[in-house]
Formats: sequence, C-alpha cells, structure tokens
Amino acid sequence: MSRSLPLIGFLLLVGLFGFGIWWNTGHDPREVPSPLIGKPAPAYVLPLLDDPARTVSKASMLGKPYLVNVFASWCIACGEEHPVLMAEGRTLGLPLIGYDYKDAPEDAKAWLAQHGNPYDMVMADRPGRTAIDFGVYGAPESFLIDAKGVIRYKHIGPFTPEVIERELRPLIAQLKQEAP
Amino acid sequence: MSRLFPCGVAPGLDRGASKTRTGTLLRMLVAMFLVIATAAHAQAIDPLPFKDHAQEVRFQNLTRQLRCLVCQNENLADSNADLARDLRHEVFGLMQQGKSDDEIKQYLVDRYSDFVLYDPPVKPATWLLWFGPGLFLLMGAAVVLVTVRRRGRAARIDSRLVDNATIEQGDDW
Repeated sequence: MSRSLPLIGFLLLVGLFGFGIWWNTGHDPREVPSPLIGKPAPAYVLPLLDDPARTVSKASMLGKPYLVNVFASWCIACGEEHPVLMAEGRTLGLPLIGYDYKDAPEDAKAWLAQHGNPYDMVMADRPGRTAIDFGVYGAPESFLIDAKGVIRYKHIGPFTPEVIERELRPLIAQLKQEAP
Repeated sequence: MSRLFPCGVAPGLDRGASKTRTGTLLRMLVAMFLVIATAAHAQAIDPLPFKDHAQEVRFQNLTRQLRCLVCQNENLADSNADLARDLRHEVFGLMQQGKSDDEIKQYLVDRYSDFVLYDPPVKPATWLLWFGPGLFLLMGAAVVLVTVRRRGRAARIDSRLVDNATIEQGDDW
C-alpha cells in the first residue's frame, strides 16, 4: 500500500491536470460570465446609426423578443461572424438589432455597405457608455432579450452556425412559446 | 482573442500607426522610446480632475483592485486598453457622486461579475479557492505525521531488538 502511494498521488495529479486541459479546450478561460442573464436588460436609449435624430430604447422594444448583436467596423472577429449573420439572420424569426460599439458612424456605414447589412435596425453607441451597463467588454457579443425586456442569453465571441443551431434556435423557439 | 481590443492600443488609434514610415533605425528607436515612455505614464495622458490628493490616492487604490476585462492580467489602474479607460472614467464619475468603494465595486460586479475583482469574495463557489491551500497543507501535515510515527515505531522496535540482542549476548557471557 505505502509503496503504491506515490503512484496513486501521481495518477491523481494526472487526472487533475487532464481535467484542466479538457475543461479549457471546451471553455475560454478569458470568458467573463454575465451576471445579467435572467435579469432585466438595463434601460437604454440609443440613436439609430442611419438617423441619429431617432432613438431606440428598451421601452420601445418591449413586447417581442429580439437579438442584439454588438459589432464594430474595427473588430476583426466581427468580420468572421458577419457572413454567418448574413446567411442566418433572416431565418431566426426575430428582429436582429445591430449594436455599433465605439465606432465612427461613417466607418460603420461603410463597413455595412461593403459587407452587407444583416440587421433590421442598427443602434449606435459611440462613447460605449451604455455598453458598460450591458457588461460588454469586446465585440462581437450578442444578447437575446425577451418580450418583457429580460436578458435570456448572452453569447461572447462570433456566432458560428453550430452555436446558432445548438444554443440560439432552441432558446428562440422557447421564447416564442412563452409569448406567442 | 481577436474579438478583443488589442491590449494597450485603443481601437481607431492603431489604424493610423501603420501609415507612419519610420525610415531609419534612429527614428525607430526614438519611436520605441516614446511608446515605452507613454506606456509608463498611462495615467499622465489620461488626467482626471481630482478634487484633492486624497481622492486621487483613493482612486488609485480602488482601480488597482479591479481587473481590466480586456487585458485580464492587468488592473484598471495600469491598463491602456480602451475599455479600461472608459471604466476608469466610470469609477471616477461614481466617486464624484459620493459612492463608497464597496458601492463602486458592486456596480461593476453587477455588470461584469466577480471577475472584475482581483480578490474573489468568500462564498460557497470560492471555498475551494480560499481554503483549498489550507486543506492541502493539512493533508501534507497528516502524511508527515503518519510517516514520522511509523518510522519512530519502527526505530523503537529496531532498538528493542538491539537491546534484546545485547541482553542475550550478556546472558551468554
């Protein structure tokens, strides 16, 4: 027994480190979990990118679920995500709202003109002040907000077709059942 | 990783940088020196109108306990990331409103979770983190204790054998 003790200790460490490697391949250790899931979205009022005189607010969006996608023209990963949104955005069955984050409006408009615009509406947050309330710490990030204005899901990083299929669509279907 | 702001370089600022042509080695060295110099004085290029020195000290203390979400090995006080600058302004604004350090921390925790705190709070989810080292120390101490006792017993038995041997030898004489 006492002779196999070092071996047992070694195997325990192998197990521990193996678990660490396995865990980190499935999870991004830099990902900050959002404490806002299941809580009401922060009250926001943001101008539209195309028409800054008009604003969108949390109150004006109540009543139906929608997906907010935080993007920016300077964000490289948003360029990776963009074709996915172009292909699947319209098939999600709910409004896709762009959230232009810390971006010059002319850059964002040029970016959308060049790559296509998958959004039903784009709100602009140039100073990034409202984004702090949402706990945004980079782009892209996406928030699924239900008809009552509660944040139900957050995705950090670019959407892939797999993530949309596995995580987003089932949740959207569930939201539709809640509020037909 | 590419989704995040580059650490230390504010988005928008990095686009212009590639346009400047540093022809000679000397100019490159000067540029490098300037970058290092400005990085070291990140606070100096981001001045905030503090009421007095005490408030500045309090601000520095507080932002040193908060993690930059972008460059996660940096605190808010030191980070050059764009978001860190925004959050420093946010913290400053909250201080101006008369919020306490705990209220400001809670404000950020509400948005970014405990992750923003360099010292995670003691709660069931972090018990292992806080008390794990003590647990390992106890386990190590237990192993040492058992080993020492076992050896002590073995040594005693050994010496008894030696004693007996001596006695037997004595008997023989």
